[in-house]
Amino acid sequence: MKASRVEGFARQLAPSTTDSVRAATVNQVVRRLAMLPQSVGDVEAARTAAAQLKSHVLDNLGPLLEQLEANCERNGIQVHWAEDAREAREIILRLAGDRRRVVKAKSMATEEIHLNPYLEERGFEVTETDLGEYVVQIDGDRPSHIVAPIIHKSLKQVAESFSREGLGPYSEVAEELTMQARAKLRSKFREAEVGISGVNFAIAETGRLVLVENEGNNRFSTTAPEVHIALMGLEKVLPRETDLALFLRLLAASATGQQVTTYTHFIAGPRRGDETDGPREVHLVILDNGRSRILEGPYRDILRCIRCGACLNVCPVYRQASGHAYGHVYSGPLGAVLAPALEGVAALGDLAKASTLCGACEEVCPVKIPIPAMLLDIRRQAAESESDSAPWAAYALGATRPALWRAGLTMLPLASKVAVHPMKSGWAEFRELPARTGRDFRRWQRGRS
Amino acid sequence: MKVRLMLTCLCDAFAGEVGIATVRVLEHLGCEVAFEPNQTCCGQPPFNSGDWKAAREIAQHCRSVLLPETDDVPLVAPSGSCTAMVREGYAQLFGQHGPARAFELGEFIVRVLGVTTWPASKPYPRKVALHPGCHGRSLGLRDEHRQLLTSIPGLELVEFLQPEQCCGFGGAFAATHGKLSQGIGKEKLLNVLAAQPEELVGTDMGCLLHLKGLQDRDGGTLRIRHFAEVLAETLP
Repeated sequence: MKASRVEGFARQLAPSTTDSVRAATVNQVVRRLAMLPQSVGDVEAARTAAAQLKSHVLDNLGPLLEQLEANCERNGIQVHWAEDAREAREIILRLAGDRRRVVKAKSMATEEIHLNPYLEERGFEVTETDLGEYVVQIDGDRPSHIVAPIIHKSLKQVAESFSREGLGPYSEVAEELTMQARAKLRSKFREAEVGISGVNFAIAETGRLVLVENEGNNRFSTTAPEVHIALMGLEKVLPRETDLALFLRLLAASATGQQVTTYTHFIAGPRRGDETDGPREVHLVILDNGRSRILEGPYRDILRCIRCGACLNVCPVYRQASGHAYGHVYSGPLGAVLAPALEGVAALGDLAKASTLCGACEEVCPVKIPIPAMLLDIRRQAAESESDSAPWAAYALGATRPALWRAGLTMLPLASKVAVHPMKSGWAEFRELPARTGRDFRRWQRGRS
Repeated sequence: MKVRLMLTCLCDAFAGEVGIATVRVLEHLGCEVAFEPNQTCCGQPPFNSGDWKAAREIAQHCRSVLLPETDDVPLVAPSGSCTAMVREGYAQLFGQHGPARAFELGEFIVRVLGVTTWPASKPYPRKVALHPGCHGRSLGLRDEHRQLLTSIPGLELVEFLQPEQCCGFGGAFAATHGKLSQGIGKEKLLNVLAAQPEELVGTDMGCLLHLKGLQDRDGGTLRIRHFAEVLAETLP
């Protein structure tokens, strides 16, 4: 039984990265715990309601998406359907046309389709405008967390990057660095011809797109350029505007420990006749990219995810390994299910091994996704196609024959000294082997009767 | 009340005293404790590793020995992990929920027997940190162990940071993902030690053997015990 790539990555990870991730995730867990009951009241009832509603969405996805399309078109939002990442990239390329200056609001869907390198190779100037994503971009890095892209970096590292890029005098004061980025990004917003964003929720009954953020860069990106292109995974649709009352609260509290995000945008179409600002075109690209397939399979419930990142923050493995360890856009417990669900268990099923199955992810999930049960199922699938599966058949032989079992136990103290077994060496690399202490239960029990 | 003891493979192999303590605790509460010598393992190691064929074979053996259809005697284990396997894991393994008559020790005492104050006849004058095993989550446990421990005269429960975090054991994970497991475990120990307890009490031998192994490697000296041993020590 081999270790996953997450273990391999963790073994060569700088301790300072773990320190950065730990500090930020611990903080988020505390903030979430404090805010959630204050914001939604009965947390359990809110999670149950949200899970049921998202299940309802998945059960009625076709009709809801058709309704969304019709109402978007009525609002002047042009809807495009992308079967896969390639098609999504091509649609966006075609929509951008000759407009080469692009600003981007933070979007995991655009990460999923690897949009930036695609556009850059074709002569576009793409600027990430979320502060964290901007740092990722100037460093040639990748986001390591779906909500906090540079959670793996320290303030000092960011300060060095800004200084290197000539954004301003060296500073390790977060506010000063923010002002430096702000000054730089302002000019980008003013020059931009296309703004690309994700979508947090798309409302079927009204055809409105809902985006949440804290920095204001989303608003700039979606309103200043002539063209706004929004990319959404097809599971992001919600039936009614009133559903937002629950979901906006759950998302803000679960993601960042906020009652409400600083900005909540309702986008109901392009600039109308007599209006003097806003984009002249708004496009919604609805991305499948494997989601329809997931919908029909055993990991369907992962499509309930609202990308809050709470499962990453609370996950002990994520904290030790950081998001890059997963080698996929989606990391942590979410990624350990979604990545193999999207790309296939054969390719990424080993990610499911990178879990103690402690269940903290399911406990914090605002839509109650049974992540541990899914991890177990992925492990089952992966093991069936794996040649080096553990010698569990031999173990089962002993564990179904009581006499053999008892003989094995009697020999254990000796066996643990002389045996060579991958389990033993894996254990002993970091720990002392357990010793039998005190009385033997079976002998004690026989002595009583 | 008649109960059946699920000794668990780890107590069977390494920690007989925890099994003995569990029997003493249950007997003190008036239970008649039956031990089936043919019991082995619950099947969780292969189940968690993806070998469900091996897991089913072991689970079937476990059910026939410990959960016979001829009676409805509850099963009690000094482990949330093994209990969760029997109660939740078997449901996933066999595609249907079986009779939910398996209980973790603290859960059984508080929820089934209704005992919320531990009938200690001796004080336990020590500062204790409690690490509740993560399987309490899937079992729906809340503060059963805390409730019983704090009712013991002299016992002072100390709070530590990030109590919700796993210890990093995770069964075979501890061996296959040694570096991650170690990192998680050391963080747990650091948080616990910062609260300056005299001992660390846990509800699952998996967590405890892992934490003790880590500590022994580094020369640590914190006393590490099972919940059942604490309860038993206060008995006459």
